[in-house]
Amino acid sequence: MSITQLEKQVTQVRRDIVRMVHKVSSGHPGGSLGCAEFLVSLYGEVLKKDAKNFTIDGKGEDLFFLSNGHISPVFYSVLARNGYFPVSELNTFRLLNSRLQGHPTTHDGLEGVRIASGSLGQGMSVAIGASLAKKLNGEDTTIYSLHGDGELQEGQNWEAIMYAAGNNIDNYIATIDYNKKQIDGATDTVLPLGDLRAKFEAFGWIVLDIEKGNDIDAILKGLALAKSKLGNGKPVCILLHTEMGNGVDFMMGTHAWHGKAPNDEQLKSALAQNPETLGDY
Amino acid sequence: MKKHIDQGKNDTRSGFGAGLAELGRTNPNVVALCADLIGSLKMDKFIEENPERFFQIGIAEANMMCIAAGLTIGGKIPFTGTFAAFSTGRVYDQIRQSIAYSGKNVKICASHAGVTLGEDGATHQILEDIGLMKMLPGMVVINPCDYNQTKAATIAIADYDGPVYLRFGRPKVANFTPVDQKFEIGKAVQLTEGTDVTIVATGHLVWEALQAAEQLEADGIRAEVINIHTIKPLDDAAILKSVAKTGCIVTAEEHNFLGGLGESIARVLALNTPTPQEFIATNDTFGESGTPAQLMDKYGLNDKAIVAAVKKVMKRQ
Repeated sequence: MSITQLEKQVTQVRRDIVRMVHKVSSGHPGGSLGCAEFLVSLYGEVLKKDAKNFTIDGKGEDLFFLSNGHISPVFYSVLARNGYFPVSELNTFRLLNSRLQGHPTTHDGLEGVRIASGSLGQGMSVAIGASLAKKLNGEDTTIYSLHGDGELQEGQNWEAIMYAAGNNIDNYIATIDYNKKQIDGATDTVLPLGDLRAKFEAFGWIVLDIEKGNDIDAILKGLALAKSKLGNGKPVCILLHTEMGNGVDFMMGTHAWHGKAPNDEQLKSALAQNPETLGDY
Repeated sequence: MKKHIDQGKNDTRSGFGAGLAELGRTNPNVVALCADLIGSLKMDKFIEENPERFFQIGIAEANMMCIAAGLTIGGKIPFTGTFAAFSTGRVYDQIRQSIAYSGKNVKICASHAGVTLGEDGATHQILEDIGLMKMLPGMVVINPCDYNQTKAATIAIADYDGPVYLRFGRPKVANFTPVDQKFEIGKAVQLTEGTDVTIVATGHLVWEALQAAEQLEADGIRAEVINIHTIKPLDDAAILKSVAKTGCIVTAEEHNFLGGLGESIARVLALNTPTPQEFIATNDTFGESGTPAQLMDKYGLNDKAIVAAVKKVMKRQ
């Protein structure tokens, strides 16, 4: 897809996100909007995938794991817009008997989801396990994962970070959504993360920054650079500098919209800022 | 009464190691993970023969559980190995979300369960693990009784598609079940026939139940001993069939009475045929340092305690 096409999809994904969250008055729009460009780019241009014939094992495919499961709105929207399941199903987000649970799960057979996430800090370990399985199976494929920056406060991540470097997991790219915000405020005030680049490097990872984490061109170049670093005995980490709430002016520059739904008027404003491009669900 | 002969004392963890080694030779999808306790879990042979299929995780059990979940994505059948305390309580959320809720085909193999871990004391002697694991939807919970059965169970669970908790222990105990037994998940094994009392036991308590039955026979009491190696799913039919004959039951396990086998059986009886029941289990307490025999005696987990419980329950009929 061209950058223009990807941008169109991002605008539509933003509409999906705010409409889904508004309808049930719950969910997490802030981080979802912040990662829209990244996930649209990853699924649209980077992942080797077979959306129409989804299997949990994904033999011969690149795999993506969402560790910060609360940004399910963007994950569901991008999966649907990439053909994993009907776009109309986005209308069931967080409703009783829906496959689109508040946090992603394999429990109901939703195509595109390979592990449950929501309780934070587990996705990197899962992705490492999948990376090991791909290596055992002799596949030349890549494993990707996405994590919140606040999520790195969970200690299990550092077990995984130590393991991946110590065991040459070099078919794996972990991306940190580095928006420097979490539910209770700035990461610096809740629990400072310190110098993330230095920390990952000290553990033995290759680290690269995507400074413009909401710019599709920058994301695609960053992902290509990250992929070029694989196969050298080291895992790769991308620090994706994003803006929480990106694309909806009143949700940007604050942590307030981490887990809060817009009201009717706010929805109207958000949609006016993001005119329909590919058709609403 | 049928006599069961000890073929020579051995530890159930070695049964696990032998079963895992055999799986290494017969099932190329089986992989093993360990959190720095290879020797304690007897995983050496598997590792020696299949180094590429073994993952030393280090002292990081949470990471181990989720790496195991990830390995299933790609068709592997991971067997994780560490002590029962660190296989359950320490990693409950990881098992709950990434294994049980996600429906992953992980085999959680847990050694040194219960007080018979001995001298290390209560930090390592978990008596709550059966309860923790049986509460997870979809989790199969197995506690085999001796070396032969643990080996058979280890081999059998590889053919079952879904999460399994396999619980075994440290000490050398009587090895009395057939070497060539077929292990059927969820199927109780009747060891003696009797009409006066049913004794249902799991794990190390099965041998104690057999010893108790012999002593009871001398007193003219005929006990029906049933080995429940699978606590979940429970073989309700076998239990109900036996109590229909005997009218009373003693349950025996190396676990807290809260959350254990006895509670599961009490539920089956309450729903179908309320029956007097006595519980051989620890009484809502932690363990402590000591030899396995001393601890089993102090916490009322041996043949002597079972005999007393039988006499008590028979009076309640």
